[in-house]
Amino acid sequence: MNEELIRQSEALAPQLDSSRKKAFVCGLLFAALTVVGYFIDHGQFFQSYLLAFIYWMSLSLGCLLLLMIHHLAGGRWGFAIRRILEAGTRTLALMLVLGVPILLGIHELYEWSHEDVVAADEILQKKAVFLNSTSFVIRYFVYFLVWFILAFLLNKWTAAQDATSETSPTRRMQILSGPGTVLFVLVTTFAAIDWIMSLEPHWFSTIYAAIYIIGQLLLTWAFAILVGVRLSRHLPLSALLTNERLRDLGTFMLAFVMLWAYTSFSQFIIIWSGNLPEEITWYYARLQGGWQHVGYLLVAFHFALPLVLLVSSRLKARIPILTAIAAGMMIMRLVDLFWITAPAFDKTGLTLHWMDLVIPIAMGGIWLSVFYGQLKKRSLVPLNDPRFDFAALADEVDAHG
Amino acid sequence: MSETESDTYGLMAEFETPEELLEAAKLAYGKGYRTMDAYSPLPIHGLAAAIGFHRTNLPILTFILALTGAIVGYGMQYWIQVIDFPVNIGGRPLHSGPMFIPVTFELTILFAAVGTFVGLWIRNGLPMPYHPVFNVAGFERASQDRFFLCIESADPLFDAEGTRSFLGGLNPVEVSTVDQ
Repeated sequence: MNEELIRQSEALAPQLDSSRKKAFVCGLLFAALTVVGYFIDHGQFFQSYLLAFIYWMSLSLGCLLLLMIHHLAGGRWGFAIRRILEAGTRTLALMLVLGVPILLGIHELYEWSHEDVVAADEILQKKAVFLNSTSFVIRYFVYFLVWFILAFLLNKWTAAQDATSETSPTRRMQILSGPGTVLFVLVTTFAAIDWIMSLEPHWFSTIYAAIYIIGQLLLTWAFAILVGVRLSRHLPLSALLTNERLRDLGTFMLAFVMLWAYTSFSQFIIIWSGNLPEEITWYYARLQGGWQHVGYLLVAFHFALPLVLLVSSRLKARIPILTAIAAGMMIMRLVDLFWITAPAFDKTGLTLHWMDLVIPIAMGGIWLSVFYGQLKKRSLVPLNDPRFDFAALADEVDAHG
Repeated sequence: MSETESDTYGLMAEFETPEELLEAAKLAYGKGYRTMDAYSPLPIHGLAAAIGFHRTNLPILTFILALTGAIVGYGMQYWIQVIDFPVNIGGRPLHSGPMFIPVTFELTILFAAVGTFVGLWIRNGLPMPYHPVFNVAGFERASQDRFFLCIESADPLFDAEGTRSFLGGLNPVEVSTVDQ
């Protein structure tokens, strides 16, 4: 049975490899434009680069968190997309490197990194224990160390699981995932505060990092659906990632659409009704000068439309519609992060620079090429997981035609 | 003949396994029977489709109620805060849209949930203290370890003799007449 699954997965490798090459070429072309952009407008380059970085970083991290949730909760959906998630976590090394320009551009992005600004601002002086360039850089590497350890162990043990019929690697993954999830959320909360919230160092919101993490998972569901639909047309995943499983992924996405809306609206209503000067500035910048239209766009296409479409079990069971919603969600996640970060730099009104599109595409191409390169390295379904009997499932599929 | 049929609710076949019940339901549906019901202690995948279960319009009722709840929720707050009893609280706008959302949301859910629950009871004729199927001896095992298929006399194809011999051919433990 396992030999057959490996053979079926290997038969798909040329396809995945061609996707890898296409993504890489696309990434390189846009990376060339990015380099041009760097010399045209330094400041804008770093702002757009940060947007691209936190977007693709959220996909890598979303894969890691969802993988741990799968190990904790089980369920067929998890076995169906596990290799997609695992390949997603193996992009973290790439992201570590791609994040270096943020560290180099720290003075372009974060006002608290300027000593003269801090010297003139009492609040920033009080926050300087945490918000200073040295500790920012150190924390950057600490975050990655934690994510690396989690991703490394899970990938190592899943490979061990493929090679043995013993249950110990499975047990280890389950045991790690509990504390791993807690550690992940803690570390990612700090990362969100460091990289994004500190763009406006006077402002604070306790639910902010949770919104970012929920956004990570939302992006991951959308991505898993898009890659999953593609893989589900071929063996070995066609037996496991059936239309019902894809619909389940759509249902999960619906849950996270609502969770995103719930947390985002909670943050908004608390700050809006409090109307305190130190809090309201964040929304004040985002609800005028054209930025409010981006906000309405989010309400319509990040919440209302996907909600209405995904609530209907008949609509989300139709694969072209599900694919379209997932693709739309991938775009709206970028719009959301754009609406969160860009107004922090530009207080004069809505401006969309070409680099805001070019750099996310460049980084995405490179991210995807690494992703596909990793995906084709292993069998597309987990082998020997004691919680899941693939042979029985294959028989079931045979029996029903 | 007509008198016996009016005294009879239907014919009930008892099976030992869910597979037999599912197979019997499919055959009965294939034969043209439509007014029938299956009773099982556990959910059987595909059984609902086999006895010809179709979607009801209950979701439409839920949707209309949800919409009503939303309009009532928002409208009530608007009417109170802006029209009936406007109070200036620290210069805040009377029509504070975002602050109206939580109550609007809650009333949407409340109307939809309570309305669907009540609608479900009415449509199913609940509460129903008496139902003829319980006249069959041993029917309580439908919630333990036996599987039942009942073809009701209201079905146009129902015929006391013919239906009995059809059910008898499905290899049941027993076929019993369900008294009205």
